Amino acid sequence: MERIHADGLDHKALNDAIKATGDDCIVEGCCGQRFIAAGMAGKRIVIEGVPGNALGSYLNGASITVMGNAQDAVGDTMNDGSIVVHGTIGDAAGYAMRGGSIFVKGDAGYRAGIHMKAYRDKVPVMVIGGRAGSFLGEYQAGGVIVVLNLGDPEGKAVGFFPCTGMHGGKMILRSSCEGISFPPQVTTRIADGQDLAEIQPVIKEFCTLFGYDAKEVLAATFTVVTPDSSNPYRQMYVAN
Amino acid sequence: MEREGTVRIPSGCAIAAVISRTGRRMSGESIVRSMVPMHERSNGLGGGFAGYGIYPEYRDLYALHMFFEDRTTRKNCEAYLKEHFEIAQSEYIKTRKIPSITDEPIIWRYFVAPLPSSLAKLQLDERELVARTVMAINGKMHGAYVFSSGKNMGTFKAVGYPEDVGVFYRLEEYEGYSWTAHGRYPTNTPGWWGGAHPFTLLDFSVVHNGEISSYDANRRFIEMFGYKCTLQTDTEVITYIMDYLLRVQGLSLEEAARVVAAPFWSTIAQEPDERRRDELTYLRTMFPSLLVTGPFSIVLGFSGGLMALNDRLKLRSMVVGEKDDLVLIASEEAAIRTMEPDAGNIWAPAGGEPVIVRVNEGVEV
Repeated sequence: MERIHADGLDHKALNDAIKATGDDCIVEGCCGQRFIAAGMAGKRIVIEGVPGNALGSYLNGASITVMGNAQDAVGDTMNDGSIVVHGTIGDAAGYAMRGGSIFVKGDAGYRAGIHMKAYRDKVPVMVIGGRAGSFLGEYQAGGVIVVLNLGDPEGKAVGFFPCTGMHGGKMILRSSCEGISFPPQVTTRIADGQDLAEIQPVIKEFCTLFGYDAKEVLAATFTVVTPDSSNPYRQMYVAN
Repeated sequence: MEREGTVRIPSGCAIAAVISRTGRRMSGESIVRSMVPMHERSNGLGGGFAGYGIYPEYRDLYALHMFFEDRTTRKNCEAYLKEHFEIAQSEYIKTRKIPSITDEPIIWRYFVAPLPSSLAKLQLDERELVARTVMAINGKMHGAYVFSSGKNMGTFKAVGYPEDVGVFYRLEEYEGYSWTAHGRYPTNTPGWWGGAHPFTLLDFSVVHNGEISSYDANRRFIEMFGYKCTLQTDTEVITYIMDYLLRVQGLSLEEAARVVAAPFWSTIAQEPDERRRDELTYLRTMFPSLLVTGPFSIVLGFSGGLMALNDRLKLRSMVVGEKDDLVLIASEEAAIRTMEPDAGNIWAPAGGEPVIVRVNEGVEV
């Protein structure tokens, strides 16, 4: 794999260097460069160091692996491809994401999956290994958000105000969700066999990526959250 | 050129801070460098730094950092100061001519001690007299502006990118146990030297990333207590709110954080500890006009410590890390890694949860 030294490169120069490589590259010494791999397709990029905001924005099929933490707005509006983060991610991960997958080993900041959407065969997936901050899935319109809460089983899987404005898609939390308040426009239920069968492939992928035992991860209570109708906010502001 | 206060343009920014819990003094070089990876968060219309512990040789005197438009204004201001203060030292603040920082005003520094006779006559304590003097100069004396007024601390700010402002003010020549930094992207005001961050009053300094929507409600309330918001920038009002809550009202830092970033009533209702619930209810009820809404992440500097705070919805980013005696705070992890590549315990505080760091007990600063 070709190695790119990111030290001293601004975001444009770094992206140009990534574009100039073959299919695979390793970016080392990354420190805050934004928009890495924006809109890219057909490449595998490994990042050492801390990538800047909007990593993989508009990603169109490339695969990105971050060996440490990532900052805000990972996968902003991504269309296809995968982003794997071995550490934690900042706020607003997967903002308006409409395809592809994001796997995070650790915790996610606030507003993960905000305005995630889906269309026909485009169904984005985000799996968070740790816990998620407040406003998880805010305005979620489609796709699947999974929170595994693997770090501290005593701690809450998600902070305050999850699913605010949610009107589509699905959220699956590895928790019984006691003490977590959901808005009236969503329905929560304990996952059944069919729900678990549905998410099994992504959980297996997560476990393969980060070295967990899928059986153990799946042997827990999961809660499924969905909007309670196709138009849960009817007449909240105007008749619609 | 348009001044702050004359026009309001409907703001993004970068903040960073570092403190040594053992009171170890560090040159300003590292904090200046931390702003480089966050360059895009600023637009060149303001950068600034606050250093604590930088004037140990004058630790008992108030360090007034001033911008003057011309020599006459400086002479007039000096005459005014002499009515209530003894001026122990009066000098240019050392700067370095660089192409990226232009149009500088006269940048001056006084080390002053309030006259005991003035304090007795006015029946004020020292800090109140200094605060009133700052308000009087900034509000009434055209062409003069006090941008730093604490003891053993100082603010350095300018129009430009923060990494250039650090070079301009020769911050590598100062040593402090604590530093804060700001890169500005003004959205409400045109960007003048006085409008750059940090905003300060006495030893309180605030760097702020965000745009508060409660500005006018906060301003109307705080101006009832003698503060004058002269610049229409939201950070100025946050600084005065902190001075009012901490110095005048005597609240603790935790309490002040619960006032400005009060939890939602629904969150307070969910609080299991009754005593705590009562406390939160009390603070929200007592100071409703000091609730700061809209996006903000701030670092408040004070003698002996720092407090980082996000708005309760956490509409701005903030990351904290540690390395040996250091606690590092920044808008982005990249800035922390620039100061300390091997920093550990990196975490993002929740909205409304203050992170308070003080130098260890017994450390004299």
